[in-house]
Amino acid sequence: MLSFNSTNIASKTRTIGRRMFLVNCFKAVVLIGIVGRLTSLQITESRKYKSLADKNRFRETQIAPPRGIIQDFFGNEIASNQKIYQLHVVPENTPNIDKLFFRLKSLINLSDKKIFLLKKKIFKQKIWEATIISDNLTWSEFSRLNLFLHELQGAQPVVSVARFYQDNSSSHVIGYVSEVSAKDLKNKKYLSNLKIAGIAIGKTGLEASRDEEMLGTPGYLRYEVNAFGKRIKQVSTSEGLKGEAFRTTLDQSIQKVAAENLKNVSGAICVMDIYNGDIVSMVSSPNFNPNSFVHGVKEKEWKDLIENRDKPMLNKAISGLYPPGSTIKTLTALSALENDVVNPNLLIRCKGYIDFYGEKFHCWKKKGHGVLDMKGAIKRSCDIYFYEVARRLGVDRLAKTAKKFGLGQRVLPSFKEEKAGIVPDTKWKLNQIGKNWYLGETLHAGIGQGYFSSTPLQLCLMTAQLANGGFKLKPRILIDDNDQTNSLQKYLDFKKENPNDSRTVDQQVFNFNLEPLFRNQENINFVKEAMFAASNEPGGTSYASRHKNKKYMFAGKTGSSQIRKFTEEQRIAEVKQKDITYLERDHAWFVAFAPVKDPKYAISVLVEHGGTGSSAAAPIAKQVIKKVIERHETRSNHLYRLGENI
Amino acid sequence: MLGSRMAIHTPFSFIDKFFNFDFILFFSVLTLGIISIFAQYSSSGGVFEFHAINHTIRFFIFFIFFIFISFINITFWNRYSLLIFILFTLLLIAVKFFGIQSQGSRRWLNLYVFALQPSELMKVGIILFLANYYHRISSGDVNGIKYLLFPIIAISVPFMLVVTQPDLGTAILILFSGIIVTWLAGVRWKIFAYLSLFFIILAPIGISFLKPYQKSRILSFLNPDLDPLGAGYQIIQSKIAIGSGGLFGKGFLNGSQAYLDFLPEKHTDFIFTLYAEEFGFFGSIFMVFLYFLITYRIVYIGNVTRSIFGKLYCYGFSTAFFIYVTVNMSMVLGLLPIVGSPLPILSYGGSSMLAIMLGLGIVMSCNVYKNN
Repeated sequence: MLSFNSTNIASKTRTIGRRMFLVNCFKAVVLIGIVGRLTSLQITESRKYKSLADKNRFRETQIAPPRGIIQDFFGNEIASNQKIYQLHVVPENTPNIDKLFFRLKSLINLSDKKIFLLKKKIFKQKIWEATIISDNLTWSEFSRLNLFLHELQGAQPVVSVARFYQDNSSSHVIGYVSEVSAKDLKNKKYLSNLKIAGIAIGKTGLEASRDEEMLGTPGYLRYEVNAFGKRIKQVSTSEGLKGEAFRTTLDQSIQKVAAENLKNVSGAICVMDIYNGDIVSMVSSPNFNPNSFVHGVKEKEWKDLIENRDKPMLNKAISGLYPPGSTIKTLTALSALENDVVNPNLLIRCKGYIDFYGEKFHCWKKKGHGVLDMKGAIKRSCDIYFYEVARRLGVDRLAKTAKKFGLGQRVLPSFKEEKAGIVPDTKWKLNQIGKNWYLGETLHAGIGQGYFSSTPLQLCLMTAQLANGGFKLKPRILIDDNDQTNSLQKYLDFKKENPNDSRTVDQQVFNFNLEPLFRNQENINFVKEAMFAASNEPGGTSYASRHKNKKYMFAGKTGSSQIRKFTEEQRIAEVKQKDITYLERDHAWFVAFAPVKDPKYAISVLVEHGGTGSSAAAPIAKQVIKKVIERHETRSNHLYRLGENI
Repeated sequence: MLGSRMAIHTPFSFIDKFFNFDFILFFSVLTLGIISIFAQYSSSGGVFEFHAINHTIRFFIFFIFFIFISFINITFWNRYSLLIFILFTLLLIAVKFFGIQSQGSRRWLNLYVFALQPSELMKVGIILFLANYYHRISSGDVNGIKYLLFPIIAISVPFMLVVTQPDLGTAILILFSGIIVTWLAGVRWKIFAYLSLFFIILAPIGISFLKPYQKSRILSFLNPDLDPLGAGYQIIQSKIAIGSGGLFGKGFLNGSQAYLDFLPEKHTDFIFTLYAEEFGFFGSIFMVFLYFLITYRIVYIGNVTRSIFGKLYCYGFSTAFFIYVTVNMSMVLGLLPIVGSPLPILSYGGSSMLAIMLGLGIVMSCNVYKNN
């Protein structure tokens, strides 16, 4: 049965030994493989796996930080935070979500439709994530919830903060906040790490442009959780950092007066300090209630806002584009004088119309102004005079001056929604429209019609730069603590102290980091004088709206921008603006600076479809200017108190 | 005949036998056993309950069993190996009819004291049988077709029985154990090549019999990120646990992955993961070293044993033991698919412990009776 012989055993032993050697080699290779893998996991890549293990372990709940407030120039809060009472539900802590909702329904205002939507939302989320059931509970609801909290497992009353706006006057400048949308998450990178249920972010105005700074750093509660998401223990908490506060250059009391004056019309007002470019006031009408958006705007309210003829959501001061109309005549005159095209004493007869190149061009005054020099033409806003000036000047030189004064470009970096407008010239037309420039269009451009379009802020800036003697301004609305010096004021002080300095203006301003916008300052002064005449001499376009008190006296220029050209029949029938359809009426403009002696502020007023500037816009400007001048002392005292070098 | 020889050739006493022990092997196994008690204690959540108690009791019972087996003359094992093999096969067949069904597979026999998993025993049984078989036939016959038939049947019958339980992991280990002994005995490369070719051709048919969960395990090994919350979850979480252990580990009872239940099967197949997370690279290397030492000592005993049966058995068992260890470690390290094979001694599981202790006991018996 068994074949035991020594050779057999020896040969078997040899075979087995040889093969075992191979097996041992194989074992060595495998062993090296395993040790190598252990080395790579536990030494080389250990850091990566440690962080992965921590990611497994820890879960965070973020706490909303208080949003940075927005103040006016005097520190009054335009946009502040108020305490609100919220109700959160964490699904994993409730034994029965349906029962909980049923119980909540009896305690707080909760519709069946809302419950349905909430359940759908909860279903999509992780069970440990809190869902906001209601984010604006009344105090009585909140206290009732707390009273019955022992029967409401999983419900969590939370005291939080939400945006609150004092009034509607600054609604466009400040903007509004609302819940993060899917689009926001896609477009705004800084939101990607933000995981707070129901946090509101800025959607328009300063709230949107400074959203990242105003949001602050979220606080967090960090928990250790097990594989099933159950909280084991709290690891750490952080309060977070409240968002950065911003102080604006706005004066809330002027904002209120301006908004009040625009209450019954659609339009915009801008007021600017002509020495430092601070925007003292900027309102747009009609406005909206920004508080409506904080907890989600009601469908009907939103529909009303969007479908309103007067576009309440549009900040007309910076995003509304209108032809500047006759207000541009100041620049047309300046450009012509600067380029030595005409002399201020040039006399032109206005007989109500003029024929150029076989086309009939009309003055707004059918009967004509008679013989006028340039000052008279500005004062009475004669179109015929400026057709001739524009014809001699040419559109390209006019455009150059207009651009220098800030038209056709965005002038305020703080707003995403600001529009640039258009300053047309031959090149622009060729590029944008693909046609050659017609000489007739030059005449329209000379009186601010045709392709010209600008925002109220741009015209306010233009006026301010004329009023300050022709120096470039950088408008600002947010006060940056690092930028307190004002070189223009320093220069003017220098000039006052050294009235006999023989150097030219160019040489003088060299030390003050100023950018003159003129070749000869006399031309600027001429335009200012003409504007004074227009407001304060009989026959001037805004004479009716003048302030007799020297303290409030202003110098201004009216304008009306045509929506539609009058037909010959309408012209003959002398159809009045108020007799035609609202949407076809001209936009009314008024730009001014005040006080006349030692000017300090510039203003622009736009009234959409208001008819003529003198009847619709100038009276509003009169009221606002009074308020602005009245506030001047307080404002400069405030500056002095803050020790600002202005 | 052999019985009478045994009586003549066992003049030495119990003490003599004990001093014939290979103490390196003995203490390595004991050390591993003690480590395993700590690991099981940790896997029970830091309390001496549940499987920690069970495991401790089992370890000591089976460790005594191991010593007991060592005292049985090696010739006894040689003589009765066929009988043992047939007994194990019968047990496997019994599983088919009387087995306990759990989680979709039928692997256990209810013995009232504990549930026996005969497939684990078969891992040793196949080595025992084949070592005896090649001990008996002459070296010239090893490659004869007639003599190949027996091993093929002896391997494929238990393999098929286990695969259909279904328990792919154990079946593969049985297959490997068998092949190792066959190969050590001197069967030509060519024959293995032909046979593997034959099985590769048959493989697609075999795959069609795989359960969906087995297919997904193989797929998820190939790309664990494919389904991070499904089958790939175990591999990913195991790698995270081991990697996050770092150089020194998170400390005993401090493995966050294991404690917060991110690790599945942490007391059975993934016990090494738990250990590596808590004791780090040095701990893992120490354990690898212990397993290596055991494997090496078994080979050493095989070297000093004179009988072909002893050599084949020791070499075969050492290699099989090495494969059990490396398959389990490679699995939890993400080098192999999750096939479900326990780590010898460390993993919770009575049958596995019984089989390993039986196997080691026979090895020790080779050493005790090496001059026989």
